[in-house]
Amino acid sequence: MEPRDDSKLEAMISLRDLRVNYGEREILHGLTFEVMRGETLVILGGSGSGKSTLLRTLVGLERPSSGEIWLKGKNLAVISDAEMNAIRKRIGMSFQGGALFGSMTVGENVALPLREHTRLEEPTIEIIVRLKLDQVGLAGFENYLPSQLSGGMKKRAAVARAMAMDPEILFFDEPSAGLDPIIAAGVDELILELKKAFHMTIVVVTHELASAFLIADRMVLIEKGNIVASGSREEMRSSAHPRVRQFLDRIAEPEVLQEADYLQMLTEDHRAAGRSMTQRGGV
Amino acid sequence: MEFAAQIGGSVTDGLAYLGSLTSLGARAAYYTFIAPFKGKPIRLQQTISQAMQVGVRALPILSLITFFIGLILALQSAYELRKFGAITFVANAVAISMTRELGPLITAIVVIGRSGSAFAAEIGTMRVTEEIDALETMAIHPVDFLVAPKFLAMTIMLPCLTIWANSMGILGGALFGVTQAGFFFGRYIRASLDTLFLRDIVTGLIKSVVFGIAITAVGCHEGLTTGVGAEEVGRSTTRAVVVSIFLVILVDLVFTTLFFFLGQR
Repeated sequence: MEPRDDSKLEAMISLRDLRVNYGEREILHGLTFEVMRGETLVILGGSGSGKSTLLRTLVGLERPSSGEIWLKGKNLAVISDAEMNAIRKRIGMSFQGGALFGSMTVGENVALPLREHTRLEEPTIEIIVRLKLDQVGLAGFENYLPSQLSGGMKKRAAVARAMAMDPEILFFDEPSAGLDPIIAAGVDELILELKKAFHMTIVVVTHELASAFLIADRMVLIEKGNIVASGSREEMRSSAHPRVRQFLDRIAEPEVLQEADYLQMLTEDHRAAGRSMTQRGGV
Repeated sequence: MEFAAQIGGSVTDGLAYLGSLTSLGARAAYYTFIAPFKGKPIRLQQTISQAMQVGVRALPILSLITFFIGLILALQSAYELRKFGAITFVANAVAISMTRELGPLITAIVVIGRSGSAFAAEIGTMRVTEEIDALETMAIHPVDFLVAPKFLAMTIMLPCLTIWANSMGILGGALFGVTQAGFFFGRYIRASLDTLFLRDIVTGLIKSVVFGIAITAVGCHEGLTTGVGAEEVGRSTTRAVVVSIFLVILVDLVFTTLFFFLGQR
């Protein structure tokens, strides 16, 4: 473990007993952990573990049903939309598929948050865009459309856009999903470089073990909406916890389904989907 | 009993749907009319490009369709009118039915097919690819960024298209008038214009503004509520078209009834 000085040991995000519901189904069952300033925290978990919901909640796309998320001195569970937007200007999020706007060039995508939230002159914005694209290794791609980029380049462009406003915290949703191992390693390198160069606080959600052990300072393993284990790379690697071992050693889950549970899951899922749809409609 | 419960359920769902359309429209109206005074200018560039897409690009197909509709109206009314030796009233019949009813309605239906569906597909795809979420995490409200320009473009362009449709319909009628009813072209147009009161045109235009709002609200709402997956985008698009057509007819009925009773006095 790298030596940490005390100035870094300040919590950037702290969660207390965080619960999130979709409809009547509880996805996250009371999570408590902290993300320290300047560290890279990897949230590990399998499909359906709730890790994506956790990330969506951290950036304010889902509202907690109870518990607290403290970020920049505000509790995200209770703040107004205006306060949430103020926080959003200080964080960056890189989505799984990039989520670049297809009708805009890469440069316009990166410039968008700057044009929306700052009163910078156009030449200044252009310089910042070039700088950000250079930082992610996409110098000279300003005028390309996202559809003209490869998967890895899209991810890089998305990172550039997430960094446009010089965020204090950067969130990544499955940075290596859908990329071949070489390109994925490139994205991991990029995350490491950002960490080194900007001392940014980084939160990564992934199920890729290789990538997690490469970039993480600390890890949290989530399963079925509960924290199973957390600790540094070494602590995780040497953990004797059976679920951690199962995850790290990639042992398949025996397929035992209890009929009643399964039926309940199916019906509740259906209702939850309906609810989240109407919620979205309310924007 | 169960039947009554089902009706109750559908009515509640329908009202909830109308409610969400209204709140979407209200938010868009906020970003169009109030936010500019708070230092957030309206998105002129997006509005203009939407207006191009919704309005100008629709002109060829709309012209053709309404020209034919005008011609059909002339043929149908002449069929009855000639029995009374009143074939010269074809001009009146076409002018009135076009401006009061079919101009706005056919325009709305063409726009639903071209743009209402496109709104749902565009926003729905953005929902599926997490672009809407990305907007939100960048503190940009999707209604402000995507929906408001569409509302503005539609409420401006639909009345314009309707005026164009009216004139193309009258031209279609004129083709029949000149070839079959012994009109000179100028006389036919003169006769059409003499029949029309400003009221006829204005009621059509008022309807078309409301149609525009309804079509945009439904298209954008369906897009924003798209579920997960590509097939959901198709479903939203279909729903956008079906619901818009229904709503446009409903709005048409309400306003026509209203104008009917207002016109009696």
